[in-house]
Formats: sequence, C-alpha cells, structure tokens
Amino acid sequence: MATTEATLDAPQEAQAPQHVPHDKLVIMAWSGDLDKIWPTFILGTTGAAMGMDTTIFFTFWGLFPLVRNDVHVTGENWMQKMMSMMNRGGTEHLKLGKMNFAGMGPAMMKKLADEHHVASPEELLEVARDLGVHLVPCQMTMDLLGLTRDDLIEGLEEPAGATTALLEARDAVTLFI
Amino acid sequence: MNETIAITLDLKGLSCPMPIAKTAQAIRALRPGQLIESLATDPGSVPDFKAWCVSTGHELVEQTEDSGVFRFVIRKEG
Repeated sequence: MATTEATLDAPQEAQAPQHVPHDKLVIMAWSGDLDKIWPTFILGTTGAAMGMDTTIFFTFWGLFPLVRNDVHVTGENWMQKMMSMMNRGGTEHLKLGKMNFAGMGPAMMKKLADEHHVASPEELLEVARDLGVHLVPCQMTMDLLGLTRDDLIEGLEEPAGATTALLEARDAVTLFI
Repeated sequence: MNETIAITLDLKGLSCPMPIAKTAQAIRALRPGQLIESLATDPGSVPDFKAWCVSTGHELVEQTEDSGVFRFVIRKEG
C-alpha cells in the first residue's frame, strides 16, 4: 500500500514547483444546451482564474445563450424567425440536452443548483467577463441565423470566423463543447 | 504565522468554481507578497486551491480544516 502511494505521489511532487506561464484555453461552444453551456462557463471562468488566456468561440447553437434575455424573436426572414421561436435565446431560456421534459428538467436542474449553491450561467458569465475571458461570437452563425449585434448581450468581442478561432487554438488547450 | 492577512473571503457554501474564481478576482487588489485568506466548505476546493497555486504561481502558505470549514492562506506571487 505504501509503495502504491509513493508511486502516485512522486510525479505530483515533481510537478508541484513548476509554474506554467503563458498557457491558453480555447473553448468552441457549439451547443446551446443548458447542461453543456454550464460547464463551458465553469471551465472558461476557471481557466481565466488560473491565469490562462481564455477565449470562448460561440458557434451554431452555442450562440443562442448570448442572446439577450429580453429579446423574443430574432432573424430577418421567416425561416430565421421561426428558428428563433422554436429555440429562444438567452441564458434564462436554455433547454437540457437530455431529460428536458418540456422545460421541467431545466427548472428542476436550476432548483437543485440553487440549493447546492452552484453558480448560475448568468453569474458565471459575469465573473468570466470580469476575469477577462474573451467571448467571441461566430460571424457566420450570426449571418446564418439573422442575429444582429443588438440581439446579443454586452461585453462581447468583435464577431470573428473559423480562422481566428483556429489561430487562437493553435497553441492552446482546446475544448469542443 | 504572525503576518497580516490583507483580505479574508467568506466563500462558505459556494460550489466549484466560485471559491477559486472569487479568490482570483480578489487577489488582483493585493500587492505581490501579500496574503489572502479564503474560507470554503466545498471539499473539492482542497485539491483545487493546490492546483490553482501550481498554475498561477501563488504560494499556498497554510491549509487547515475546522468543523467542515477549509481555510486557505495564499501569498500573492511576485
């Protein structure tokens, strides 16, 4: 038993004094589901807290959590408008990837989170912005879904494309959520 | 230890990642070498504060536990 512990402890001790500077975290936030955007915000906030230069690219469904909660319908043509009605944006209107049960799932999840003092996506987003996380909306998705800059919350970077995302990701820990 | 603690944070009841995130927000106000004290009840904060110090270069000076409250004293790097 003692031998096992020693083996497990050894690499940790060797790593402990090393301070790894200049590391980066890039998250490609593809999903707008509550149970995916939540860990996205948790990891993004933590990355920035750890001193990592942290960027989150919001693309496809991942862009919807950045829609302002008071915006009801987005889009310029009827298809984009229909899409936004079937999938309303904003952190208050997110669905669960599984066990959604017409909104009962998210309500229960939020109640549990509240009871266990787990920070809400809104709180996490606020801390993330304060710690300097770069929140970058995908320009192509905005065009595709007819989202304008005014539909989205404050504090975002200028919209950008895949090249910007991949350039950032080149020397970064990269997650696709 | 008889050094002065510059800031004490009450993070009791908060879950991951808030104890670390709030400490990271607060430590910005300190000068290098100053001490911050964080009080948390999340058991996950024990490995997390260690990992955070390794990652940031801050020094975990003291870590104690008293009736479910974990106390971390951290010296700002630099």
